Amino acid sequence: MSSNTLSQLRELEAESIHIFREVAAELRRPCLLFSGGKDSIVMLHLARKAFHPAPVPFPVMHIDTGLNFPDVLAFRDEVIANAGVRLVVASVQEAIDTGFVTEPADGSRNRIQTPVLLRAAEQNEFNALFGGARRDEEKARAKERIFSFRDEFGQWDPKNQRPEIWNLYNGRVGPGESIRVFPLSNWTELSIWNYIGAEQIPVPPRYFATERQVVERKGMLFEVNDFVTPAEGEEVTTRRVRYRTMGDGNLTAAVPSEADTVEKVIAEVAEVRLTERGATRGDDKFSDTAMEDRKKEGYF
Amino acid sequence: MSDLLRIATAGSVDDGKSTLIGRLLFDSKTLFSDQLEAADRVSKQRGNEHTDLALLTDGLRAEREQGITIDVAYRYMATPNRTFVIADTPGHPQYTRNMVTGASTANVAMILVDVRKGVSEQSKRHAFLATLLGVPHLVVCVNKMDLVDWSREAFEKVRDDFSAFAEKLRVKDVTFIPVSALTGENVVDHGANTPWYDGRALLRHLEQLYVGSDRNLMDVRFPVQYVVRPRVPGLQDYRGYAGTIASGVLRVGDRVTVLPSGFETTVTGIDTPDGPVDETIPPLPSTVLLADDLDISRGDMLVRPQNMPRVTQDIDATICWMDEAAAFTPGRTYAIHQTTRWSRAKAKDVVYRVDVNTMHRDESVERLELNDIGRVTLRTMTPLFVDRYVDNPATGAFILVDEATNRTVAAGMIR
Repeated sequence: MSSNTLSQLRELEAESIHIFREVAAELRRPCLLFSGGKDSIVMLHLARKAFHPAPVPFPVMHIDTGLNFPDVLAFRDEVIANAGVRLVVASVQEAIDTGFVTEPADGSRNRIQTPVLLRAAEQNEFNALFGGARRDEEKARAKERIFSFRDEFGQWDPKNQRPEIWNLYNGRVGPGESIRVFPLSNWTELSIWNYIGAEQIPVPPRYFATERQVVERKGMLFEVNDFVTPAEGEEVTTRRVRYRTMGDGNLTAAVPSEADTVEKVIAEVAEVRLTERGATRGDDKFSDTAMEDRKKEGYF
Repeated sequence: MSDLLRIATAGSVDDGKSTLIGRLLFDSKTLFSDQLEAADRVSKQRGNEHTDLALLTDGLRAEREQGITIDVAYRYMATPNRTFVIADTPGHPQYTRNMVTGASTANVAMILVDVRKGVSEQSKRHAFLATLLGVPHLVVCVNKMDLVDWSREAFEKVRDDFSAFAEKLRVKDVTFIPVSALTGENVVDHGANTPWYDGRALLRHLEQLYVGSDRNLMDVRFPVQYVVRPRVPGLQDYRGYAGTIASGVLRVGDRVTVLPSGFETTVTGIDTPDGPVDETIPPLPSTVLLADDLDISRGDMLVRPQNMPRVTQDIDATICWMDEAAAFTPGRTYAIHQTTRWSRAKAKDVVYRVDVNTMHRDESVERLELNDIGRVTLRTMTPLFVDRYVDNPATGAFILVDEATNRTVAAGMIR
């Protein structure tokens, strides 16, 4: 890695660490949202650096949709054990079973994650939630603050955000209100991968290319597994693919790729011409404002 | 040298700002094809013949519906030499607070001028705000050159008018570039239509702009952000003061004074996430170890004994008022946040309000309303450790927060 790239990563790292410390100092009960995807893995890595040599002073929460790839869950447990942090799991399946939320007919649990997340935050009295969202991901996220104020319903009001000036963050909240904190706001998919390479951070093997049996749906490649059964007439082929994001097993597509090492992934990401969400997420394609609408409801 | 360059842009839809940013993203190949397809689709729905590059930067539903930009949006762009963070701020007069937000962290402000309209009140306001926030470099993009037949005279008229105005602002560095966001002339590379222009194209200029000397490396100011006490086996006695050094260079062995207590001690070690170091410079996070066991907590500051900030409860500052609900009103008390310190501040006086279009100072006003900029005095409940914003933005900046609503209501710069 060139020294230029390193200094850019060091500056992003410094900004993120500053944010973690501000929140730990100012907010009573923070919590880090952890999905097992690369962004949350980098986020936990940065949190550990921020408080070194002390342990991370807040727990980690996973919203388990019940549709996670099993290997990603196994990886999650390994990372959490190594980090020595407490894991809180909020289960969407359990929320469906007890009638707290209703499973949508289309099988997407993306939208019903939000009430489960909000309830778990309330029950645990978390008043600051770290999320791994980046501004380069999506246009509604491009307008998101680093400290994003949420009312007692967890809602985001894009027209009424607190001004965020210099690095003087305002984390003051009333009872029931909370702050979503995005320490990776200014990172991009490429800087995340460069950092994973530079810091040698382990990520789930699904991020690397291997041969998988897939079906093609709406131009996207879905692995045939517990979540995806080929429909009649659908052709199953073996392709060399990798995952760019780790979402629900039934909605997250793989992309054709030869990148089976971090170095090759970095080279590939530098060249790709599709956003990671556009390439791999069935859930963001519903409308031009799908993400904006979900964020207003309390999604990340 | 930093390889992350933070840019604040300002200009209205009419100046072609969104088109220029779309062009930068497009021509630097940062744009993704699904984003382009989405813009293409919406352009066609609206009956536009060409893909409207401005659509790439309008994020929210209301913005697309009303054709306006509501809030600061952040864009990312990379070339082999540099990564750029662009704070894209709307140009409507009522959104001064967004420009202040974008400019507060910027290395460079990019200001758009429509060559046909000349230097507008709005361009002047943007330049004034950028200078007020201490943005060290200005780039004036004289846009829509295609519509004046690439006229050198038209470009030079804008340049001369702007320069005359900029003299009043103490701008450190200003560059003028004739561009056409629509055709891409001088955006990434030189175009064929402006052979008389011998400067760099916009992206090349941004890539090569030297920002290494913009940081204050003279005055050691280390605001304590968080006290690290591991309380784990082997580290029971570890007590480190974590923070981001705001300015200056702090070295192991340095004598330091702790504010507000005034005790002197010695730096015995500096830890970073990657191990111990001999010295720390901005903006690297570090954890400082001291020789003596002193009572030090968040909000305290480590400085050099011969180079102290002002320790004061009386603040004289320029503020930008950002709240629509209530005006800045003498007699009211606000929460104040400066470095890692929170205190309370009583508003004493509005000295004057600046008309951002004419620079005229109106001493008759008694309150500051949304988007007003003015000089005020405050009295804080506890002493703050401050420098003049022009000397040291990291210790000269503060925000005011309304204690009832918790909204951030002002950005302040200490005089």
